[in-house]
Amino acid sequence: MQPISQFVSRTVVLPAPNIDTDQIIPARFLRTTVRSGLGRELFHDWRYDSTGAPRPEFALNQPAAQDCAILVAGNNFGCGSSREHAPWALLDYGFRAVISTAIADIFTSNALKNGLLPIVVDAASAQWLLDNPGAEVRVDLERGVVVLPQGREARFQIENFARYCLLNGVDELGYLRSQEAAIARHESRGA
Amino acid sequence: MKTMFQKIWERHEVVPETEATPAVLYIDLHLVHEVTTPQAFAVLREQALRPRRPDLTLATMDHSTPTRSVPGPDGAPLVSESAARQIAELERNCAQYGIELFDMRNELRGIVHIVGPELGLTQPGKTIVCGDSHTSTHGAFGALAFGIGTTEVGHVLATQCLLQRRPKTCAVNVSGALATGVTAKDLILALIGQIGVGGGTGHVLEYRGSAIRTLGMEERMTVCNMSIEAGARAGMIAPDDTTYAYLEGRPRAPRGGAWQRALTEWNSLPGDAGAAFDREVTLEGSRIEPMITFGTNPGMVMPIGACIPTQVGDAVFSKAMSYMGFRPGEPIIDQPVNVVFIGSCTNGRLSDLRSAAQLLRGHKVARGVQMLVVPGSQQVKKAAEAEGLDRVFIDAGAEWRESGCSMCIGMNGDNVGAGQVSVSTSNRNFEGRQGPGARTLLASPLTAAASAVRGRVTDPRTLLGG
Repeated sequence: MQPISQFVSRTVVLPAPNIDTDQIIPARFLRTTVRSGLGRELFHDWRYDSTGAPRPEFALNQPAAQDCAILVAGNNFGCGSSREHAPWALLDYGFRAVISTAIADIFTSNALKNGLLPIVVDAASAQWLLDNPGAEVRVDLERGVVVLPQGREARFQIENFARYCLLNGVDELGYLRSQEAAIARHESRGA
Repeated sequence: MKTMFQKIWERHEVVPETEATPAVLYIDLHLVHEVTTPQAFAVLREQALRPRRPDLTLATMDHSTPTRSVPGPDGAPLVSESAARQIAELERNCAQYGIELFDMRNELRGIVHIVGPELGLTQPGKTIVCGDSHTSTHGAFGALAFGIGTTEVGHVLATQCLLQRRPKTCAVNVSGALATGVTAKDLILALIGQIGVGGGTGHVLEYRGSAIRTLGMEERMTVCNMSIEAGARAGMIAPDDTTYAYLEGRPRAPRGGAWQRALTEWNSLPGDAGAAFDREVTLEGSRIEPMITFGTNPGMVMPIGACIPTQVGDAVFSKAMSYMGFRPGEPIIDQPVNVVFIGSCTNGRLSDLRSAAQLLRGHKVARGVQMLVVPGSQQVKKAAEAEGLDRVFIDAGAEWRESGCSMCIGMNGDNVGAGQVSVSTSNRNFEGRQGPGARTLLASPLTAAASAVRGRVTDPRTLLGG
């Protein structure tokens, strides 16, 4: 995984609360055996009509949304299933962060393991972002802030170890494997 | 003084959490299915690792498997080449790494959350994970069970451990007893309606109180299953004699002296009196009515006799109503129904089928309604057939299928058509969940069966008789 420290991008806004994983990536696209290529199907049924043509009114289909790496969404983003295909699809499409007032637990865990930042900010900052699609903001993981255009900062927290892994491009599995002795001890206790 | 969650957590801490690092938590049972694992096995292969404890891992196929009965050793064809590839990969991975697999020809195959309990593998005090959010089901036995992503599936395969921050706890106290015609499904829908689809985020729910104690194990599983629909990390219920009676004699449950030792350990699990929870919520069991969803998430739910709420000026609510084809303020009773689905890890067990059959006996499925009855496992199917439930469904005009997730997630070709209204015993009514454009009303098996008979949304109490 590439280390992440900070990046600047314009935002795309999907204001609905409770955007579930079935909207992010419908179940029929989970019949895959690889991680890549899911960006095409991201938000499929909101993005395309039944003939497969893009719906022009959908935020991601608007010219201003091209090359945006930050998705701003309503409260409780990513609720529903445990499918890691949801962050895979967002990353494959080009998103690097999701900002909301709350993000579901399993989605958060999955996002962090793939380098997609699940950013929870205060209600006022989130509202400002929802009201100002296309705003250019800077995400600074090192300092744990989103810098809004007027220089105002919204703080966010990422679990300490996940943050360390993201900043250093380290994979969590390596750390878990280094606990071998403790794992073996636990197993011998239980046996 | 400790809660049950705390006791189980501490017994599985390989390394306790610190400010810098999460706990290393040992996993006792890892359940595996075809959809969320191929990419995890690929990582093992890339890094030349092997599963640490294949003996604590069990695989089944359920999400994209066909449910149509076709004679012959290979059954019905899979819905697509990609689904066939996933199935083939699971077979290859399990064969290569020595993981027990219930394949298409195995009579123990079924939905992953039905199979674990019916084998007696799901036991009090265990930590149980699976790449599936409805893993919370297993908490009904007093286990700590939760859904994980594919990367974590890889972690558990490689190390039998997960990195976890300790979640908060929330007691859900349900007093009284459920009234006639009111089921465990109605109880959990009522809770989600009360606390919302994000109401449990960050918390493990422990269901307590007299209304929970009187539930059978299958009903308790229904309650814990939908904990995730409130956003909760897990749901759990302390083990008691009901739990032990269910487990005793199951093929993979402890026997003889091991059973006695297990009972001693299990009896130490319930939380100490007075142990503090981070939060508590309360429901009066006797006030719960048959519940039904009217919108596009499980929190958009109401008593079946109520009118659809009016939320003027709420664009999201209006969008949900337009998706569902409902007008705010109108009753949901008597809304026309096209499809009825009985099944899923929420309501696909024997007691659910009995409950639907009880209502259907002597009735016919209304003309124009497709009713699909999909047992949760091949064992559930066999048990239902042994008591003639299949005949009740077939005689009423319903389709009796092989086991699988089927129309709950619509990955295997069992879909609800665009614009069609489905009364479903499954767990999610998200847009497109049962197929693009499908309109899902979540309800109990009783309500679903009653709605099949009338071809309209129906309060089951009107058909139950006195």
